[in-house]
Amino acid sequence: MPDQISPDLFNHLVELAALELTAEEAEYLRDQLNKQLKSIEELAAIPIPEGTPPAAHGVPFPPDVRAPLRKDAAALAPEAGDIKTRAPQTSEGYFVVPGIPHEELD
Amino acid sequence: MQLADLSAHELAELIRKKDVSAVEATEAALERVRAVDGEPGRLDGPRDEVEKVHAFITVSEEQARAQAKAVDARLAKGEVPGPLAGVPYTVKDIFAVKDVLSTAASRILSNFVAPYTATPVERMNAAGAVMLGKVNLDEFTYGSSNESSAYQPASRNPWNPAHVPGGSSGGSAAAVAAGEGALSLGTDTAGSIRQPAAFCGVVGMKPTYGRVSRYGLIAFGSSLDCPGPVARTVRDAAMMLNVIAGPDAHDSTAAATPVPDYTAALEEGVKGMRIGLSPDYDKITFFNHETGEMDSQPLPKEIADAVLRAADKLSDAGARIVEGVPMPHTRYGIPAYFVISRVEAASNLHRFDGVKYGHRTAFKPKDLRDLYRKTRAEGFGPQPKLRILMGMYVSAAQYSEQYYHRALQVRSLIRGDFDAAFDANGTHKLDALLTATTPTPAFPVGDIYGDSVLMQYADQLTVPANHAGVPAISLPAGLSSERLPLGVQLIGPDFSEATLLRAARAFEAATAGEAWRAERPAVLVNI
Repeated sequence: MPDQISPDLFNHLVELAALELTAEEAEYLRDQLNKQLKSIEELAAIPIPEGTPPAAHGVPFPPDVRAPLRKDAAALAPEAGDIKTRAPQTSEGYFVVPGIPHEELD
Repeated sequence: MQLADLSAHELAELIRKKDVSAVEATEAALERVRAVDGEPGRLDGPRDEVEKVHAFITVSEEQARAQAKAVDARLAKGEVPGPLAGVPYTVKDIFAVKDVLSTAASRILSNFVAPYTATPVERMNAAGAVMLGKVNLDEFTYGSSNESSAYQPASRNPWNPAHVPGGSSGGSAAAVAAGEGALSLGTDTAGSIRQPAAFCGVVGMKPTYGRVSRYGLIAFGSSLDCPGPVARTVRDAAMMLNVIAGPDAHDSTAAATPVPDYTAALEEGVKGMRIGLSPDYDKITFFNHETGEMDSQPLPKEIADAVLRAADKLSDAGARIVEGVPMPHTRYGIPAYFVISRVEAASNLHRFDGVKYGHRTAFKPKDLRDLYRKTRAEGFGPQPKLRILMGMYVSAAQYSEQYYHRALQVRSLIRGDFDAAFDANGTHKLDALLTATTPTPAFPVGDIYGDSVLMQYADQLTVPANHAGVPAISLPAGLSSERLPLGVQLIGPDFSEATLLRAARAFEAATAGEAWRAERPAVLVNI
């Protein structure tokens, strides 16, 4: 059976994932990806009774289990300045990044 | 018996009576770390060390001493200390702890000092427990052996350091087994507490999804992740769960269900309990690369025997053993997990981009997109990259019906197996299901790493409880012919932790006199 993920499709995924890979890494990862997809092929063959709902999580969350929503109140975060000290580059309270790709409009 | 080998329960008792100070208990644990741990894991560190435990990434000695002194000061003033006052513990380095390096064992967070503390850690500290430091794991928890950590040498198995401790909470289980702290805070997404607990011969519990807050846990599979205790005794696990469980205003999925005292009924035994065995947990099914087919094999005899011995012990203690419980969707746990966990991982990992915190490439990027690509290429190891790519593929619009939607339906079917087994009006009416925790004992370092499919199948017997959200506990149940620990697992219905712990304690008590209980991990033999 041919590989499900061709080199072209793989490169597209790498682009979507915002990654950059060495040739060696790409070969290993594409091979593993194809092996994983082969190993989950049986998913398609599992008999699923009609009406089986998709489960967002296993445990049901009826109102008595769910925490009540908190009041929607705005509050200042005193730690904001401290949090920003973790950023690689800031200026005047803003995060600094290189140019954002864009097209000039006429 | 040294101070570092006492259970949390015994230690807390001695400290409360002032027979031992919190500072002495902390120094004893730090001394044990120096004796058995070797160098902590570091970026680009050696991968071939096979003598020491290497559980730690960060030993926070000074903070630990300060915490211990504060506990002693409170005791001296006659204040009532918390239930874990003076008990040393470790934290899997996937939790944010304020002013401590919080790495997720990844280069991309190698410079990240967290600005806040995760709720379960906050609660441990408030209960008086003393944090010794942060312990190693698979990078972002992605693995079952700790070998994928960017911090090497990664944790080893204290019973034989040439073997893996399991994962992803490998540092937690290894540290507790070696006496480097009496307790550890781990997380379990597919078996990441229970599998290493089984490999290292300690107790590990995955509580019900939502029982323990995920606030401050660096997310992997948000619909599956559960923080939970790793301990040497069942009572210690119960005491720790008492402290960390409960609702949290910072996590809307933390359940509002009241938290009982998990130690209250520990000694009440299993008389009248119905404990099931399922033929669907007697075998492992895995993908054979050579034939391209799914193979099914019975569990190795010594593991199957450990389960049967445990059933006998529980039966002798008064439980009713119910055989032949059908759990027909067990084998689909891994394929469904391959899809659900990857989609959630890919989504969660998009936040690491070199802008707000963490690693940023030193290259001068052309533009923002280039910054993301280079930062992520340098910062993530192979396992996170693989999970992102797989998650992107199976959730793409044209494939998501075939994969993601179907996997979520399979999760309903797996949940249905448990609902039927635990149904009080059903055929089996189980209080708990008894299974092996893992299909093998701890494997040698380097044996499986690199084969992401085979590695994932190490979680086959643990992942169904994550899909279903139900609680489960792994218990030491003997030693293999190679003197490696064997684990058994009890799985129960939603929020039945008290019952599971009680059954676990009954098994522990019933096997207390067995020869294997007196054996010690190899790294402790000359200590």
